[in-house]
Amino acid sequence: MSRMTNMDPNLYRKRRAINFLVLTGSVFTTLFGLFWLVWLLATLFSHGFQYLGLSVFTQPTPPPGDSGGLANAIVGSIIITLVGVLIGAPVGVMAGTFLSEYAIRSRIAPVVRFVNDVLLSAPSIIIGVFVYEVVVVPMGNFSGWAGSLALALIALPIIVRTTEDMLKLVPNTVREAACALGAPRWKVTVSIVFRAAKAGIFTGILLAIARISGETAPLLFTALNNQFWSSSLNEPVANLPVVIFQFAMSPYEDWQNLAWAGAFLITISVLVLNILVRTFLRDRK
Amino acid sequence: MIQTENSPGKTGKNLLERGFATVKNPAEQAAITLDLSSLPVKLSIRDLDFFYGSFQALHSVTMEIPENKVTAMIGPSGCGKSTLIRCFNRIYELYPKQYATGQIILDGRNILSPKEDLNLLRARVGMVFQKPTPFPMSVYDNIAFGVRLYENLSRSEMDERVEWALRKAALWKEVKDKLRQIGTALSGGQQQRLCIARAIAVKPEIVLLDEPCSALDPISTAKVEELIDELVADYTIIIVTHNMQQAARVSDFTAFMYLGKLIEFDSTDKMFTNPLRKETEDYITGRFG
Repeated sequence: MSRMTNMDPNLYRKRRAINFLVLTGSVFTTLFGLFWLVWLLATLFSHGFQYLGLSVFTQPTPPPGDSGGLANAIVGSIIITLVGVLIGAPVGVMAGTFLSEYAIRSRIAPVVRFVNDVLLSAPSIIIGVFVYEVVVVPMGNFSGWAGSLALALIALPIIVRTTEDMLKLVPNTVREAACALGAPRWKVTVSIVFRAAKAGIFTGILLAIARISGETAPLLFTALNNQFWSSSLNEPVANLPVVIFQFAMSPYEDWQNLAWAGAFLITISVLVLNILVRTFLRDRK
Repeated sequence: MIQTENSPGKTGKNLLERGFATVKNPAEQAAITLDLSSLPVKLSIRDLDFFYGSFQALHSVTMEIPENKVTAMIGPSGCGKSTLIRCFNRIYELYPKQYATGQIILDGRNILSPKEDLNLLRARVGMVFQKPTPFPMSVYDNIAFGVRLYENLSRSEMDERVEWALRKAALWKEVKDKLRQIGTALSGGQQQRLCIARAIAVKPEIVLLDEPCSALDPISTAKVEELIDELVADYTIIIVTHNMQQAARVSDFTAFMYLGKLIEFDSTDKMFTNPLRKETEDYITGRFG
């Protein structure tokens, strides 16, 4: 490299010093974050993994002192979460589509977007209390439906936001090209824009599932818990987060051990979901 | 089809007879001494103004575009040539705050009328954009997408149409074994020819080309230019280009625009050898732009 005659050595040295400081800071803050995450995973693993036997998946939650598993809570969690996503995802995807594709000239769009952001940051316990008031009190009892609805309300703003963001990433030139062929707007949206953004939209839904699968507070007020197999969403339904909450607080050691196993299970599921999301995003590139 | 009294249609009336070239003030009016009397007119643009919000991008553009000919739009960046052709299929309506006033007559109908069916208009007026925009689907479906919107073809008819369009776009040989592959996996030049094939597959009457070669290498550019030569027998072609040689090579007529106004419109030969206006000459010879 040729020697630069007009270079100010002090300026250069100062820039290098700042670079060093910022880099060091970034590395340490990253390590700080990772430290807690690794600690959390290690604790969960060391306490939870050993109790993760076959009986956890085959037997229902036991009374204190008895042997049992988490089967009813696992199945209940899956059902409540799935129903929640089945309610939240269509509404969320359609609302996100409205914001991105149809609301260009609309005055409601900024209001919808703002309300959605408020909902996105609303504490989940508020959602739980709201659904308690709106569904549980009129129905007269806690129920799986109420739990699913509460989870849907938490998933909804996440899905709206990611759907809108992902659709906005589709370049306008693609929409123009499709419209220029004489395709009506709905056809452009469904056949072209959705197809271009499907990995992103699906990612948003998976992230929403990951988020709601560990929610406890809204379920305490809605689905509550059930010691037994619950066959109907009209009744209280057992679910992992509330079981963990109850068992971990209990004085019985076997309940506490089951809580560890459940906590480990949820964390692993969320981890797997996140890895799935990353795989989808990588395929997209 | 509504034929209004002053409809250009295919009556073949001369511009001067219709009073288009009455030059009131030579400095402000576009220089059009072109005699199109022997040619049918496809598009007739009258007093077209265009606005991006409060910014006026086109000022009272009036010109006629002959049928089955190549008309080139030239001019420096921002002069309004892309804006002008985006009016011909009203693609600007995808965006808020963009609007046009005046008239654009296509076969006797004012296509700027709010009553005009936009989707049908766009099926008749195809467009190819500056950047290749393949859809995220197979090469075959990229072409079939537009055709399926308006025609109910059998499997074999659709196969034929896809092959026909790809052959026209000089792409068939390169992709005939890759029809099921995703269109976005083709090279840039192939993608652009795919977009051209897609546009002509629906058999529009007019093909708008908005700088179709700006992202292409010289070989792909040559192929696209050959294609234009071939297509002009069946279609009316309007091409926006920054490349003066390209305009000279492919077009029959050339319009020079500057600052949102049509400055001069004439046969390409005349424009490039003996333009009437000084601005045209300066731009073509590279003295400004």
